[in-house]
Amino acid sequence: MPRKEAKMNKMQIVLSGILKNNPTFVLVLGMCPTLGTTTSAINGMGMGVATMAVLIMSNLVISLIKNFIPDKVRIPAYIVVIASFVTIIQMLMQAYVPSLYAALGVFIPLIVVNCIILGRAEAFASKNGPIDSILDGVGIGLGFTLALTAIGAVREVLGSGAIFGYSLGIAEYMPLVFVLAPGAFLVLGYMMVLFNKLAKK
Amino acid sequence: MKSTLFNMVAVLFTITLIASAGVGAVNMLTEDAIAEAKALATKEAVANVLPAFDSNEQSEQTIDDMPIVVYKAVKGSDVVGYAVESMTKNGFGGVIRMMVGFSPEGEILNVNVLEQAETPGLGTKMCDEGNALLASIKGKNSGDVEFKVKKDGGELDALTAATISSRAYYDAVARAREAYWVACGGKAAADGVSGATSTNGGSDAQKGGQNE
Amino acid sequence: MELSYFAIIIGAIFVNNVVLAQFLGICPFLGVSSKVETSMGMGAAVTFVMALTAIVAWAIQTYILVPLHIEYMQTIVFILVIAALVQMVEIILKKVSPSLYQALGIFLPLITTNCAVLGVAILMIQKEFNLLQSFAYSVSTALGFAIALVIFAGIRERLELDGVPAALKGIPIALITAAILAMAFMGFSGLV
Repeated sequence: MPRKEAKMNKMQIVLSGILKNNPTFVLVLGMCPTLGTTTSAINGMGMGVATMAVLIMSNLVISLIKNFIPDKVRIPAYIVVIASFVTIIQMLMQAYVPSLYAALGVFIPLIVVNCIILGRAEAFASKNGPIDSILDGVGIGLGFTLALTAIGAVREVLGSGAIFGYSLGIAEYMPLVFVLAPGAFLVLGYMMVLFNKLAKK
Repeated sequence: MKSTLFNMVAVLFTITLIASAGVGAVNMLTEDAIAEAKALATKEAVANVLPAFDSNEQSEQTIDDMPIVVYKAVKGSDVVGYAVESMTKNGFGGVIRMMVGFSPEGEILNVNVLEQAETPGLGTKMCDEGNALLASIKGKNSGDVEFKVKKDGGELDALTAATISSRAYYDAVARAREAYWVACGGKAAADGVSGATSTNGGSDAQKGGQNE
Repeated sequence: MELSYFAIIIGAIFVNNVVLAQFLGICPFLGVSSKVETSMGMGAAVTFVMALTAIVAWAIQTYILVPLHIEYMQTIVFILVIAALVQMVEIILKKVSPSLYQALGIFLPLITTNCAVLGVAILMIQKEFNLLQSFAYSVSTALGFAIALVIFAGIRERLELDGVPAALKGIPIALITAAILAMAFMGFSGLV
């Protein structure tokens, strides 16, 4: 019995990141990449996955070293760990997915200052064990990735009449504004309303 | 853990040391792959702006303090074209890099924008296929073109609401033409016309500056 | 021919507004902007830190990272520089001008994680700006940030009194307002 309960708990950690604590729609964190990179579903997904990778790694490392870090230098130490993983992801993307790297541009190095990552380090990884911290990273990361992919997909369909790069043949009838800056704010605003409505039910 | 000056300094120093060692190691591992990816992108861009070729010969020039690379493409024993990797710093978002293909006769075959940070939806149209900028120079003999947008008294189209981006685009193409002339042994060899066109290239740049 | 300062400044303040067109610094934009007064304070603090960061980051890039061929350490070094600068500004301000510290103090710690600051430092290197251009670019970007923040705060102060549908209350209505503001700022793109 206790084993089953523990399993439920692990499952809950992951699920809470996707629904109850969804970083985009509920916690409203990491808004810059959410608005800046979701011009298409693929770009949103790429950003989400890159962020998830950094989040999982930094959560793991921080939960492992948390007992060795003096309280007063906690934040700078976390920032160094996060910045290193961001740099590593940056180099890997440059090497193996250069076109995605070019499309996401400055938002890849800016993962460093994504409040989600430092926030999870403070709120979760610094208080929990390595396994739970990884699961938290997976949950929050998936929540972020799904949200970004969904926003990207909506903007891509409405703005350029395509989905995941496949043209739906309706491009000329679609208002370009959804791919531009105002569309980002508008789509995110209405999707947040929708998510909160559905989550309440 | 309680903070003392010693453990604060020691821990931060250790973390920074391990972190930089890790990043340095990954850098060594990915350095070749990054260079390879870049080389592949360049190769694709060259192929995109030139007809089929067997091999190419690379040479570098510096024009206006900017490095310009010329790829001379050869098929069998004939030169089939020149691809010039040109750039400008006048884009709305700073640097724009592009590959411009010239036929041995000086015709502008194609332009492939490699890197830009223009305003999405406006200046970024320069990357689209058949955009107004490319359409107004593609297929023309580079020696006959004066790289000036209509707003500046020239004959070339500009992108809607992106005049600076358009000027920058033509600025980079003009620089590519200069490099092309140098590479193929002077513009006389390219189009048989003398003097006039070269001075045009210079005055474009000046005009652009005044109009901003 | 270099990109003229006029184009850099107008571009950074209006056309490519850091918040409304480039999506940097959204967190303080949504978080701090409910009162005009606080957003002015935030705007001033960001301008101050950004100007300093531009100079220091440019010098580090040009004289340390490039000569040593460790450009890949850029992200790590820049974020540490920004964190250190913010700390230093806080300490100096506290000693030198307590009144200014009172006004800006609470905003300073928030700036380290303001992605606009790191974003500008990375972008100005990417755009290959020289020192003076970098300075002009970062100050005008910060001004653009301050302008957007203050305008937005003004709108939100009025929205407080209006009957907003329950589902839209809070962040969603702020985002939709930002969308309309972003649309208005797009009008500036014909300016240059």
